[in-house]
Amino acid sequence: MFEDILITIATAATPLLIAAVGEVVVERSGVLNLGVEGMMVMGAVTGFGVALTTGSPWLGVLAAIIVGALFSLLFGFLTLTLVTNQVATGLALTLLGLGLSGMLGESFVGLPGIKMDYIHIPFLSELPFVGKLLFGQDPLFYVSLLLTAGVAYFLFRTRAGLTLRSIGDNHTSAHALGIKVIAIRYLAVMFGGACAGLAGAYLSLVYTPQWIENMTAGRGWIALALVVFASWRPWRILAGAYLFGAVSIGQLHAQALGIGVPSQLLSSLPYLATVVVLVLISRNRRLTMVNTPASLGRPFVPDR
Amino acid sequence: MKKTILSFAAAAAVMSFGTMAAEAATKACFIYVGPIGDFGWSYQHHQGLEHMKKELGDKVETAYLESVPEGADAERAIERFARSGCNIIFTTSFGYMDPTNKVAGKFPDVKFEHATGYKREHPNVATYNSKFHEGRYIQGVIAAKMSKAGVAGYIASFPIPEVVMGINAFVLGAQSVNPDFKVKVVWANTWFDPGKEADAAKALIDQGVDIITQHTDSTAPMQVATERGIKAFGQASDMIKFGPTTQLTSIVDDWGPYYVERVKAVVDGTWKQQDVWGGMKEGHVVMAPFANMPDDVKKLAEETAAKIKSGEFNPFTGPIAKQDGSEWLKAGEVAENGVLLGLNFYVKGVDDKLPQ
Repeated sequence: MFEDILITIATAATPLLIAAVGEVVVERSGVLNLGVEGMMVMGAVTGFGVALTTGSPWLGVLAAIIVGALFSLLFGFLTLTLVTNQVATGLALTLLGLGLSGMLGESFVGLPGIKMDYIHIPFLSELPFVGKLLFGQDPLFYVSLLLTAGVAYFLFRTRAGLTLRSIGDNHTSAHALGIKVIAIRYLAVMFGGACAGLAGAYLSLVYTPQWIENMTAGRGWIALALVVFASWRPWRILAGAYLFGAVSIGQLHAQALGIGVPSQLLSSLPYLATVVVLVLISRNRRLTMVNTPASLGRPFVPDR
Repeated sequence: MKKTILSFAAAAAVMSFGTMAAEAATKACFIYVGPIGDFGWSYQHHQGLEHMKKELGDKVETAYLESVPEGADAERAIERFARSGCNIIFTTSFGYMDPTNKVAGKFPDVKFEHATGYKREHPNVATYNSKFHEGRYIQGVIAAKMSKAGVAGYIASFPIPEVVMGINAFVLGAQSVNPDFKVKVVWANTWFDPGKEADAAKALIDQGVDIITQHTDSTAPMQVATERGIKAFGQASDMIKFGPTTQLTSIVDDWGPYYVERVKAVVDGTWKQQDVWGGMKEGHVVMAPFANMPDDVKKLAEETAAKIKSGEFNPFTGPIAKQDGSEWLKAGEVAENGVLLGLNFYVKGVDDKLPQ
């Protein structure tokens, strides 16, 4: 039972983690894309639809990643090439995604979907207590951990990551050094879109294998908040996502046990706990200032 | 903020469509709390709209807004509908009660129909509801027969009378079979969040319940029950496709006939304020086929359904004790509708503290 609870927590945390880790790359490059929810829901409908028609959840995942990236390209074109306001464009992307996915998914409503199989490694997955947790979860759970490690390594241990962060901190200087600011930002935005699409596919293929309109139910916004409260550090995002998942599931168990705490208070606990803990970890103001991309959300027009 | 903008955008879109059509027809407008693709509550209301459109044809023009949050956004949405020339507006969630009455005061010529509420502050406001608890009682009977653990899990949305009534009816039904039957309640504090509903179902199952029932709107709990190999009840629509070996039955809301009747009344000019509370007898509440159960359970369920449908039996018939053991209804006493519609306490046997 304990193992089942931990797996439930991992399932709740994984979509938040994937989307937030994608967004951290976008924001580290100095772009604020508030369209996570919209890209996520597009990924969810695409993943569901493709998996259902082809019978392969993996093709669904692939399609969701591609659609997420393409959808974010729209945001990239508007904000990077046409230099529109990033906040407004991001919001518009969310609205467009929610509406468009509802329209595209109309014929999928009420159809049971295809669930991605759990991994099964003979012997290892059958170990008592930890077998299922470590070796028997859905494949995307492992992808999310690799993704976090990869992004953390990329941002802080590679030259390309340094370049990306330098653009986020001061795009004018980066441009003066000959770095292709706009091109790199395009790539970052598309990476964020791809991750959001993957997170969406996780919802419609693993978490709750079905398509329902608005099924993201605000998870894109939670991912966005996680990025900020984790002060743009991938491992802290992982901590935040799992903390959020753990408290969300924990409060449901507390309710089912019938402890006499008002359920409204319990329901708000995940938000409170995550904010408080992440603010505490990031309480060193100087470090937080250093971690905040200084050019975040500011438009950049290269001189020609 | 997101949702505000969303509802505005949706409102603007619907308005612009609405004004293009002919002016002569009666315009019926609907406001839904969830997306029409939720396959639950809002989906069924929309099915009702479609049914009404088919029946009344050219005489009526329709518009709807989906995913309108309860509260201040709802008031804006209702008011925009009223201004855009709607003749009758159906507001289909409990939380739209005060906004509906407020807007109704400003637009005396527009008819308002509020679902599941009890306030009719102006002559142009009618209320309508269905006795879903009749179906919940039958579910309770089935649950107690089918459960080996003697405990069912109940995924609830918000502590409003409608939901409390459902929990009580479920418990009473279960206790009519097994007096020691227990119900664990988890409040999701949302009508619609598939992920959260699935998590709630998993939490309940991990704590040992072997029957799941829900008063939230998505099909997610049914899928979790299927995956974990236990039985469950559907909500609002027939969810058998999501649990072919899982769904015991489902309470199906059939709003179509009511919408036809009320919109037709506006067309004919005979609309009057009323408060309708239809149940199985009136055909507003329909049970999905009883499935995945032995014949004797099925027979008992059918008998119970027949007794409720004929009006012979009311689920809230005494003796019934409140949660603390004090007497609520004497033997043979039937609860008054007014008390039920404001119900804010549990009956004996609910393993939960009611959030106030």
